[in-house]
Amino acid sequence: MAKIYLDPITRIEGHLSIEVDVQNGKVVDAKSKGDMFRGFEKILQGRNPVDANQITQRICGVCPVSHGIASSKCLDAAFGIKANKNGRLLRNLVLGANFLQSHILHFYHLCALDFVDITAILNYKGSDAGLKAVQAWAKEELSLKKGRIDQITAVGPFLPRYEAKDAYIADADLNVAAIAHYLQALDIRTKAHKMVTVFGGRAPHLIGLVPGGLTQVPTKALIREYKKNLNDVEKFVNEIYIKDVIAVARAYSDYFKLGKYDNHLSYGVFESDDSGSSFMFQQGVLSGGKVDKLDTSLIREQVRYARYKSASDLHPLKGQTEPDPHKGGAYTWLKAPRYDGKPMEVGPLPRVAISYLSGNAAVKREVDAVLKEFNADISAVFSVLGRHAARAIESKLLCIQIREWLDELETGGAPRTPYEIPSTGEGEGLVEAPRGALGHWIVIEDKKIANYQCVVPTTWFCGPRDDRGNLGPVEQALIGTPIADPANPIEAARVVRSFDPCIACAVHIVEGDREITQFRVC
Amino acid sequence: MTLNRREFIKLMGGTAAVFGFSGVLLQGCKKAIQEAAERTPVIWLQAQSCSGCSVSLLNAIDPGIATVITEHISLNYHQTLMGGTGDAAIRVLEEAVKKQRKDFVLVVEGSIPVDSEEYCTIGMLNGKHVSALEWVRELGKNAKAILAFGTCAAYGGIPAAESRKTGKNPTGAKSLAEILPNASIINVPGCPPHPDWMIGTVLHYLLKGMPELDEYKRPKLFFGKTVHDQCEHLPDYKRGRFAKHWGDEGCLYLLGCLGMDSGCDIPKRKWLGGVNSCTGCGSGCIGCTEPVFPDYGQRGLYKHLTASLDEINSLEEPQIRAAVLNLRNGGSING
Repeated sequence: MAKIYLDPITRIEGHLSIEVDVQNGKVVDAKSKGDMFRGFEKILQGRNPVDANQITQRICGVCPVSHGIASSKCLDAAFGIKANKNGRLLRNLVLGANFLQSHILHFYHLCALDFVDITAILNYKGSDAGLKAVQAWAKEELSLKKGRIDQITAVGPFLPRYEAKDAYIADADLNVAAIAHYLQALDIRTKAHKMVTVFGGRAPHLIGLVPGGLTQVPTKALIREYKKNLNDVEKFVNEIYIKDVIAVARAYSDYFKLGKYDNHLSYGVFESDDSGSSFMFQQGVLSGGKVDKLDTSLIREQVRYARYKSASDLHPLKGQTEPDPHKGGAYTWLKAPRYDGKPMEVGPLPRVAISYLSGNAAVKREVDAVLKEFNADISAVFSVLGRHAARAIESKLLCIQIREWLDELETGGAPRTPYEIPSTGEGEGLVEAPRGALGHWIVIEDKKIANYQCVVPTTWFCGPRDDRGNLGPVEQALIGTPIADPANPIEAARVVRSFDPCIACAVHIVEGDREITQFRVC
Repeated sequence: MTLNRREFIKLMGGTAAVFGFSGVLLQGCKKAIQEAAERTPVIWLQAQSCSGCSVSLLNAIDPGIATVITEHISLNYHQTLMGGTGDAAIRVLEEAVKKQRKDFVLVVEGSIPVDSEEYCTIGMLNGKHVSALEWVRELGKNAKAILAFGTCAAYGGIPAAESRKTGKNPTGAKSLAEILPNASIINVPGCPPHPDWMIGTVLHYLLKGMPELDEYKRPKLFFGKTVHDQCEHLPDYKRGRFAKHWGDEGCLYLLGCLGMDSGCDIPKRKWLGGVNSCTGCGSGCIGCTEPVFPDYGQRGLYKHLTASLDEINSLEEPQIRAAVLNLRNGGSING
């Protein structure tokens, strides 16, 4: 049996490493390790509750919008207010734009280099000026640095890379097209961030999110600017992104059978009316093929294999957590969240699958259209390729839905509901980040934060074994993955990246001497 | 390296007049670009970061990130963008240390924890995890220039903030200058920094040498004037027109805007190629380019200045004090 380390897993957010045991060419055991720790929740204590909105956005630079909105909803609840209609729509518009940014970044800039042969550019014979410039650069890098002290960095940061045999797409045209789309996607994801900035004031970390809504009054000029960028993003999603996902799926169809996982959870996202309980992508828990209602009181966090010395199996709101960097047997800074005792995958695949099985007609139409391409049924989506396809489908549907939200905005109208900070209060804020279910909880005392806690998507899927030894979702999804060349374990990297891990989010600390005794389930 | 004069000037601040860009610099610019022969290697290390600086870098518009990577610099190591994984990635850092390369610029994003090496590790060497602290020390020895990108690397930022309950920071998070006290470090703060500040500082260093720095080791070019002095709402301030609530027209000072205390050109430069700004969207500045971010003593980021009479009486400028009192007498104030 060979032990293989993938340390660091690059092209994700943050510091993650993976250890796998390989026997007879397949993964038989896996450990997912979060390698960084900051202690955000401790830092929040004693501060103005409104500061939490900005501080928690710095948990993650890839999904700050989701943290900002989870925090806003959490503060709304604690302050006893609700976003007004403009506030709700503006939140949807900045969050939707960041979903587009994040999904496009994930497929093209984080994952594509696991499939696409970047060196195909060396043999490019076409006349596209951009591609010819990249070709000239790559050739110059290779000739200039050959035999030099810095030879290893030639064509950096794209090389060096895993060099397993037959790892990358062989078709030259497909590779060159993908490289062109990689470059184009850089521009498109920036346009999606322009959409975020139109109403949010800044990206990645939004400045304009506040309890009750946003600070930016929507105007006709801003809506025009947002739409201009949306048009370009939508064209790219419909004409390029979805087709590229299908092309990768054709070239790597065995990944419909890899990276599978069974339990799924979604908090639901993009509020479709002012009730706060109706979503564009539905809320629920999918286990054993059946969708159940979500009950957040069933969440526990276990720490037997995490570097904390405090008690295990507590609801996150009651968590007592003290770091223990050298705890015996522990191998990660991530805890192991469990729902009703089970590990849960969260993210675009759970969102799309739960929406599909809940009778969401738009989701069903798009999912069925993709499945038809492969003559497959819904079971195929629970896979590496299913995760990529779910992101593309979400992107397509969001581009359509966003136009309706823009039309509903009251131009010149107040962008938020006013608030006053109460002396005491408690609140829960649930939302979905691009990579899955995100919850924030607060206790306010004396107008200050007494306790603040976040349970984030990557902790759900990249967390370690639980107290009973059940593997976390990423660990379990790796089991059975074939590794052709132990020195270049690219197959394992593909499985891990399909989840879109964000480790800065996942690692946090709870100082639990103040319990949150009750909270509202949104 | 290729960068035409127009691009360089645009990056540095639009026009020389607006940003106090020295005439001497402009005259020498073209020559320097012609003389710069090869792309300088950059090793970009992430420690206790959120990757926000890296995401902001991707938002570069003119020049775009693809141009920067293929024309202006040679990006040897960047965890979020690089093709390699695991050993295939870490070899780049390992070789730079082993071969004692001295040709590269070291960029650090994120603070560096010192209480335990386990608080941040990057890759393995000889079967052992290597801490961010160790990489920074080793690479810092030989780098020809060292840049702290973002407020965490520059001053510690949010990960280095203290719990107000315990008075302690959870991980002993430090700024780059605290880890490398003898190094000459250029700080490019911001949470996140504007992509032009990051790319502009690197290019300035490569083309023109060390930029002129202020007392916080930031390039004066970008951080030399306050937000307030360049603010879209400056005419409102001068006329005594203050916003009472978020969403109102007027200067945002009473809503707690920290623009008077913060050196940064965002109101002029704006985010994402001119789409909006922190002050333009009606929120106000939270002072993210300053060493005291996010604490500001006990003040914090948001402080509604009309909340109490004590606050109002402590305001130094009579004009503002009068305006605030007037507002306070005029009815209830929300945040």
